[in-house]
Amino acid sequence: MSMGKIHLVDTTLRDGSHAVSHQYSVEQVAAVAGGLDAAGIEYIEVSHGDGLAGSSFNYGRSATDEEELIKAAAEVIKNGILTVLLIPGIGTIEDLKRAEACGAKAVRVATHVTEADTAEQHIRMAKSLGMQAFGFLMMSHMAPPEKVVEQAKLFESYGADFIYVADSAGAMLPDDVRARVGAVVQAVGIPVGFHAHNNLTLATANSLAALEVGATFLDGTCRGLGAGAGNTQIEALVGVLNKVGYQTGVDLYKIMDVAEDLVEPMMHRPQVVRNAPFMLGYAGVYSSFLLHTYRAAERFNLDPRDILTELGKRRMVGGQEDMIVDVAYQLAKQ
Amino acid sequence: MVDKIKVAVIGPGNIGTDLMFKILKSQHLEMGLLTGIVESEGIQRARKMGINTSIEGVNAVLQDPDIKIVFDATGAKPHLRHAPLLKEAGKIAIDLTPASIGPYCVPCVNLEELLDEPNVNMVTCAGQATVPIVYAINKVASVTYAEIVASLSSKSAGPGTRQNIDEFTETTSKALVQVGGAKRGKAIIVLNPAEPPVMMANTIYVEVENPDEKAITAAVQMMVNEIQKYVPGYRLRVPPIIDGHKVTIIIQVEGAGDFLPKYSGNLDIITSAAVSFAEKLAQKLIRKDVIA
Repeated sequence: MSMGKIHLVDTTLRDGSHAVSHQYSVEQVAAVAGGLDAAGIEYIEVSHGDGLAGSSFNYGRSATDEEELIKAAAEVIKNGILTVLLIPGIGTIEDLKRAEACGAKAVRVATHVTEADTAEQHIRMAKSLGMQAFGFLMMSHMAPPEKVVEQAKLFESYGADFIYVADSAGAMLPDDVRARVGAVVQAVGIPVGFHAHNNLTLATANSLAALEVGATFLDGTCRGLGAGAGNTQIEALVGVLNKVGYQTGVDLYKIMDVAEDLVEPMMHRPQVVRNAPFMLGYAGVYSSFLLHTYRAAERFNLDPRDILTELGKRRMVGGQEDMIVDVAYQLAKQ
Repeated sequence: MVDKIKVAVIGPGNIGTDLMFKILKSQHLEMGLLTGIVESEGIQRARKMGINTSIEGVNAVLQDPDIKIVFDATGAKPHLRHAPLLKEAGKIAIDLTPASIGPYCVPCVNLEELLDEPNVNMVTCAGQATVPIVYAINKVASVTYAEIVASLSSKSAGPGTRQNIDEFTETTSKALVQVGGAKRGKAIIVLNPAEPPVMMANTIYVEVENPDEKAITAAVQMMVNEIQKYVPGYRLRVPPIIDGHKVTIIIQVEGAGDFLPKYSGNLDIITSAAVSFAEKLAQKLIRKDVIA
């Protein structure tokens, strides 16, 4: 039974970068990007976990200059589309131009779900550089569907080619996904995608829920490597989509081999839903906070769950990694 | 003998109106004119308060020879046009836009050096909040790298900041180096839409050659006291945490609530800095007048 074509974005070399504390080497990126390309992955994302210019004290320093990593990926990708992520406020138009010069063909411009208007210049620049441009709404669980729709339409008005609803905290239940993705699909005239995190162990189920209501783009990573409890495990997702009857153009054995032979040996730890990553989803906290929270918990002698719960109460958004230290300091003083 | 210097504000938006309220409280500044280019809420409010207003923009300022200091709270493009006109007319411009024609002014760091400049730029709110701390640490510990993260409430970030968010990070980074003295600088801005709105928070990370905890802590505390003289809501939330050569500090800025709400500490710190610089200028001009 044919259910139509689904476009897959592999972000092992971007979201997965969080899980290896941004320590990817040129050799690793070349090997994984080449493997993903040969397996038939359409979009291959390479950047610091927090996007272009994310290398910092706040988010963690990259072991290798990301432009070297983007160039390495560009050299081995034959059919896929080399993609980068840019978060306005962290990366700039100058960073985007340099990434394009290194070979990036598409950019996902990511903002908090209510702040799309900070991305207008970046989307327009991407289009004038001839790149594909995605508007990527992070932490979508924090806004009601009407708000997500309003912000998606802003992205569309700036010239974005695609919209993503991102569950950056891995906090959504399948009904939350259906409500938001479905509303955006109805409201915009461009394709819609969904980016999941597995904090509540729902990444694959939520991805299927997004497809049910009309999404045609999905994200995943090999072995689920990513921030928090990780992303949708792409090799498993390809298999599941095959079973449902969707076309992905990806060779199942080849993507399984990339995951097992190339990515698994690079992992710093198994991508398991331990207590703290589960709490990210439960408290609705940005997934990239995980490793920073472990470090703060150790330094201030606290339970990481208490820090995450407080961050959730304070409604901290993506990029506010600095507030982990603030919360830990205030909790330790009590 | 003159006891107050007459000033004008161009741009009757949030920043311009907050400036006006602060000028009205000043001992050395006389709120001579608020000018815009259309009838607006800001103009009407000022008029009701008995302030001289105009919708002739910069021309109204040029027509009054008694106005000596001009705050420009419009935008980068209008300021590029205003700057040469004001200079020709012999008026000192305090630029609160991203135009950055004149040198960066961070009062508690370089005020004295700038009193003869025809035009100074007030950097950004994050620059006003963080550059002094970097400067203070650099004096005692030699800063090789400074990185700041400014979190603002979404409500306090106007369309100008949103549409030119790169300018905000680029200008702040430059000021960390040029005024703060760091060898390299990086700035990050995050907008948070939480309700009730969050207070402006600034995290400052520096990498230093000489991580002397005592000297750094004392230098930071002294600078915080200095800034509190013109921004009473400026507070050290997390005092220096030293990890090897890395120092982490978190600052919170609560606004004075003159016109803008208290969560707009980011706007308050830049208007306070601008008025504080103008007061120093005015005192200098008054002294000149006495001597003449």
